[in-house]
Amino acid sequence: MEMEATISLLDMRLLVPELTLICVGLILMLLDLVVRKKELIAAVGIAGTLVAMYGTYKLYGFYNPQAAFAGMFVVDGYSNFFKLIFYLNIILTICISLKYMAIEKASFGEYYALLMFSSTGMMIMASAADLIILYLGLELMALSTYILAGFMRNQPRSNEAALKYFFLGAFSSAFLLYGISLTYGLTGTTNLKGIAEALSTLSIMDNPITYLGLIFIIVAFGFKIALVPFHMWAPDVYEGSPTSITAFMSVGPKAAGFAVLGRVLFDAFAGMQVQWAAILVPIAVLTMATGSIIALAQTNIKRMLAYSSIAHAGYMLLGIIAGTHDGLTSTVNYLMIYLFMNIGAFAIVIMLRREGVQGENLDDYMGLSKSHPLASALMLIFMFSLAGIPPTAGFVGKFYVFMEAINAGYVYMALIAVVFSAISAFFYLRVVMYMYMKDPVKEVELTTSPSMSIALAVTAMMVLIFGIFPSILLNLVRLSILG
Amino acid sequence: MPGTYIPSDYLPVAIIIIFAALVGLGAVVAGILVRPRRPYAQKLYAYESGNPPVGEPRQKFSVKFYIIAMLFVVFDVEAVFLYPWAVAYDKLGIFGFVEMMLFIFILLIGYVYVWKKGAFEWE
Repeated sequence: MEMEATISLLDMRLLVPELTLICVGLILMLLDLVVRKKELIAAVGIAGTLVAMYGTYKLYGFYNPQAAFAGMFVVDGYSNFFKLIFYLNIILTICISLKYMAIEKASFGEYYALLMFSSTGMMIMASAADLIILYLGLELMALSTYILAGFMRNQPRSNEAALKYFFLGAFSSAFLLYGISLTYGLTGTTNLKGIAEALSTLSIMDNPITYLGLIFIIVAFGFKIALVPFHMWAPDVYEGSPTSITAFMSVGPKAAGFAVLGRVLFDAFAGMQVQWAAILVPIAVLTMATGSIIALAQTNIKRMLAYSSIAHAGYMLLGIIAGTHDGLTSTVNYLMIYLFMNIGAFAIVIMLRREGVQGENLDDYMGLSKSHPLASALMLIFMFSLAGIPPTAGFVGKFYVFMEAINAGYVYMALIAVVFSAISAFFYLRVVMYMYMKDPVKEVELTTSPSMSIALAVTAMMVLIFGIFPSILLNLVRLSILG
Repeated sequence: MPGTYIPSDYLPVAIIIIFAALVGLGAVVAGILVRPRRPYAQKLYAYESGNPPVGEPRQKFSVKFYIIAMLFVVFDVEAVFLYPWAVAYDKLGIFGFVEMMLFIFILLIGYVYVWKKGAFEWE
């Protein structure tokens, strides 16, 4: 499996968006030395992200597949669409974290730099066509996110979150490396296309180690996506981290995990589709069940959203299980919708946090509609969307995922998903019920800022637009994936 | 054929491992069998004829020590690179000079960063 490995400086051109983000991160760190105002640093961060986004869009065409570094790094519609998710994730996270990090007394310039580095890791993961590059991106993403999770240095909760995330993340990295080494041992290559070729000549029945390699790789990605039974870290980490980082983590690393899961399973292990579908089916059922049922018992809203995020990962998995390109399309479509509704919901949670008040309990939402009708209405939209109620985007996302599962012959999976989706509606609607049907017990003040208002307006608008005109997004995803 | 592979190339390695384990175990076991055993309180001290031990040997270090150690490594590497460059300066010419200045400049930015962040201040 020897291939010509010539790497020229010209290959760097495909890395321009990633390099831009890295440079922006470094500039932010230096800027932090001379600038007191964090608003300026945040603005430079957003501007830099927009430049990188421009690079992804305009430099070589959005849908054109191109490879560099001896086929280890590809830029195609699939990776570019995921990069779009990561850019939006950075921008929205910066918007919702400005004031919040100041309240938490953890407002440092490094925060924004780490967001850039972490997202660069995710982008490398999305573009990786080689298991080693994939691992490189994964570690860059994970190491930056560990630090971000523990960014509130004075709070034991945050430290605990960072440590737990670090240990379990390191553990999952070991799983990934073990899976990679087994796969490499059998196929003689780490290139995804090369693995697919080698596997097509191997008889899988005679080489049961292929299963083991596949299982280890799925387990490692399962940790990152928080699939049950590899979800144990998620509730504690999501609860302990700064809320803005919880929003960032529940979208970014999850999307990156799905990006690599899709690419590895569809490209490298395409010949073993029956096998990996058999592994993923019980995982998906468990994930949906655990996420939806345990969330019922939560009174801390961050914890509730953590379990909800686990359940959503289960729904998204259906598109991958379907094993068709349309299935993958529906998963990616769901991820984009999830970005908006999830960050929107966390933005409202952040607004309830103010000096001396945590505002993370369900009780804090009692009668919110009386004092803050607009914020309650927005929360209502996000909760309806997360629950999957029609005029919102959440419904569209779920609808396409379930439809693709049925098209691929997994009718029973779609049925199970619908049942758990109905169960999960209870805890989303409970928040709405607390806001609209209970009387306020204490006065609630909201922390607002212009950037927060922009983020809320954008997320709420997107949730409604994609809910009413689903084809806008779906066509873009379809074009990106099918090329 | 799956299932019939015998890694005979590794036989010497296996022999070495077994031999090493036997030598190690043999020394310990022989010591236990041969030596006289007459313990008393003084003899069981960690330092038989030294001071009596006080407290736990493990102590908490201030994290500052690690920062200083890390910075030392970073800037020590600079010196390590500078030395061969200085020796071969004639041969490298202007290209080597520019490259080294760039390298020092990058490190200088790092230096300014840690200074401004207060990593050199003890309190």
